[in-house]
Amino acid sequence: MATFFGEVVSVYSRAVQEDEEDLDDENEEDQQIRIEIEQKREVHVNWCPELTQSITNSPDRTLQCSDFVIAVGPNAAGFLSAYVLNSGNWVAVGSVSLWNERTKDSSKQPGCVIYRQSDCPKVLICQCNSYIAEDQLFRWTEKVFACIQQRGLNVMVLSDCSMADYKTPDSLFSSGAPFLRALKSSQYGSQPVCLLLEQPNIVTGLAAAVLSHCQVQRIPAILYQCYSDVINPDSVTMETYKPALTCLSKLSKLDTCLSTEILRKLVQVNETQSNLYT
Amino acid sequence: MFIPTENTSPSFKEFTLVMPAVSVGNVGQLATDLIISTLNMPRVGYFHTDCLIPLAGYNPYAPSADNSTELCTTAEVYCLPDLKLAVLQIRSPIIQTKHKKFRKLIVSWIKSSGFAQTVLLSSSHAYQRDDQQIHSTALRYLLSPAMQRIAGDALKELEWREMERVKPFPGISETEQRLYIPGGGVTKGLYTDCCSEEIPLAVVLTFCSEGDNIPDAFALVNHLNDWLHLVGKPSDAPSQWRAPCSWRLLFGNAIPPALF
Repeated sequence: MATFFGEVVSVYSRAVQEDEEDLDDENEEDQQIRIEIEQKREVHVNWCPELTQSITNSPDRTLQCSDFVIAVGPNAAGFLSAYVLNSGNWVAVGSVSLWNERTKDSSKQPGCVIYRQSDCPKVLICQCNSYIAEDQLFRWTEKVFACIQQRGLNVMVLSDCSMADYKTPDSLFSSGAPFLRALKSSQYGSQPVCLLLEQPNIVTGLAAAVLSHCQVQRIPAILYQCYSDVINPDSVTMETYKPALTCLSKLSKLDTCLSTEILRKLVQVNETQSNLYT
Repeated sequence: MFIPTENTSPSFKEFTLVMPAVSVGNVGQLATDLIISTLNMPRVGYFHTDCLIPLAGYNPYAPSADNSTELCTTAEVYCLPDLKLAVLQIRSPIIQTKHKKFRKLIVSWIKSSGFAQTVLLSSSHAYQRDDQQIHSTALRYLLSPAMQRIAGDALKELEWREMERVKPFPGISETEQRLYIPGGGVTKGLYTDCCSEEIPLAVVLTFCSEGDNIPDAFALVNHLNDWLHLVGKPSDAPSQWRAPCSWRLLFGNAIPPALF
């Protein structure tokens, strides 16, 4: 677009990207490239041999599960590491791996790891630390939930969110960050442990994908979203998720003791990077 | 894919479908919001597809805080059997590489549901208008051949302006004129699909620039009301539209008091 003074500026639109018309007349080579990229961006769910066996042995090829907890983001994942996964015999039983433009090739670790306790196999915990691109969110949810039996399933999502995304008619100064807000699917019957997410706030990312899936498939689900004003993972934000744990411990015999050792490790990584003034 | 909220799928036979194209300024989506909110339309299903970016929140049309706890997803279908009206709202952008798939999904859903006619609310970049388009109103329409037979005369009577075909190279007259809707998202693709599939589709669009596009949405929905009479008489419609509660805080939070 040319401005009054004649310089040409490109127009950015929040709704549409550049003109899509060219996409219609792609040739064979373009098509081939597009298909290859799509294949590369596919989401893969891998289970350990024992679980693969029990999935194939079950009549509907799914895992029996009463509670599925998904932690999205470093604070949510860190919270589960420090408060839940350190006690009891939690073993990694599966993982979700994917590739996108933000995947670091050097780290071969899968971004999402699924844990289970041998003496309480009906509770699954998934820690998701990696970036999942917008076009992969739906596939992630579809593929993971395809392995889990829907009947009797309850889903809980813990998700990190930036304070900048929180909308309130009041000033953010008085909001007392970090804080929790809950978003529940229509089937969820219990009382959330914190305030419900106010209008006109919305959630996006993996949390939204999981909640949408649960709403459409009529699975009871609740999301606890933590709004924080700290960029790096920190112990105060992690602790904010603590109230969510009360409904978890009801379901299984979770020992919820804090491991300061793990907490220190999680937070330390960032301290060394931000020592400009210390 | 359409998934009903109840166990039985609602019948859309002979209904009119109104849906937005995710286009510049989100005008179609805002206008769709106004229709659903004003007519107090109940939700009858979800449009659950990998073509859209996932999004979740509480009921964006809740009149009070009490009934706001119904979870809403990225694309949902609302319906009023009395008016024979179904509305599909889309709340997030279509994933860039999945435009074609999305159009296919929509076309097959329209066909299988038996809608009598479909109205696509859309918009186009105002700055890309050519000389003939700059004159007169910003509102335009487009009819597929099947729709031309249904509504062609009615729209002519209303003196609506058809979207002009433009020359690909201005000033050179011997070139073929083509349909050009910059910033219209799937508008042109869906229109061409509906033309070739013999689906009655009307595109109602406005030229706009991105910013606060609420006035554009009111203009578009009033324009549509002149034809479809969704609310009352066209003359007293403007005051009747009800903006949904989800439109609050479009320009951010309150100013921090520490500034003063």
